[in-house]
Amino acid sequence: MPVSIKVRYFASLKESVGRSEDDLEFAGLSTVSKVWERANSGKPLPRNILAAVNMDYVELNHAVKDGDEVAFFPPVTGG
Amino acid sequence: MTVKICADIFDPWQEIQAYQNVAKEMAGKFGATSIFIGTMRDFNEGDTVKSMTLEHYPGMTEKHLEKIIAQARQQWQILDVLVMHRIGNILPNEPIVLVAVWTSHRGDAFDANRYIMEALKSNTPFWKKELLHSGEKRWVVKNSDGYASSQN
Repeated sequence: MPVSIKVRYFASLKESVGRSEDDLEFAGLSTVSKVWERANSGKPLPRNILAAVNMDYVELNHAVKDGDEVAFFPPVTGG
Repeated sequence: MTVKICADIFDPWQEIQAYQNVAKEMAGKFGATSIFIGTMRDFNEGDTVKSMTLEHYPGMTEKHLEKIIAQARQQWQILDVLVMHRIGNILPNEPIVLVAVWTSHRGDAFDANRYIMEALKSNTPFWKKELLHSGEKRWVVKNSDGYASSQN
């Protein structure tokens, strides 16, 4: 059963990848790091980039499921 | 407990007053209010900064701030919390962030405010991009530890 994933990019990472989101379909289960590779033609994830699934921080080996929103972004600088 | 993300300039003093006026259940109960206001400087890393754009992750930002406040409530006896944060284009001297904490006693107010503010700085999804006097635009890459004596 195909797995649909929405990918979002923020801040300087959004500028460097040149887009704010991707919609991907996987044949089966995958992980956050595989989502990055698939969306970015196998390019390695830049250092220090953080990941979130459904708006909670996760490690890169976190498994994704159908309908998940996966976000990648640089270290935060608010306040 | 209220979290507000503001696309427009706000007056933190008016916001605190208005919040306190309607929080009737707190009346007579709070003995301490700690207030932190972060304001935009016109300098950073040795450069003059003309303006700044603040980006956030709508949804995750609010969710994360609510989680931080819940964590603070587990550690200190808190009556109420108001957190406000600007997004969009910001000019020097404009407020960026407000954290107000109402408690019965001062220790809880001071400590909880510091905790919320440090957690906001270190892991809530906001990103600053500066426009320098020179015309250059640059992303702020990391937060300082909060002390002028640590700056080079």
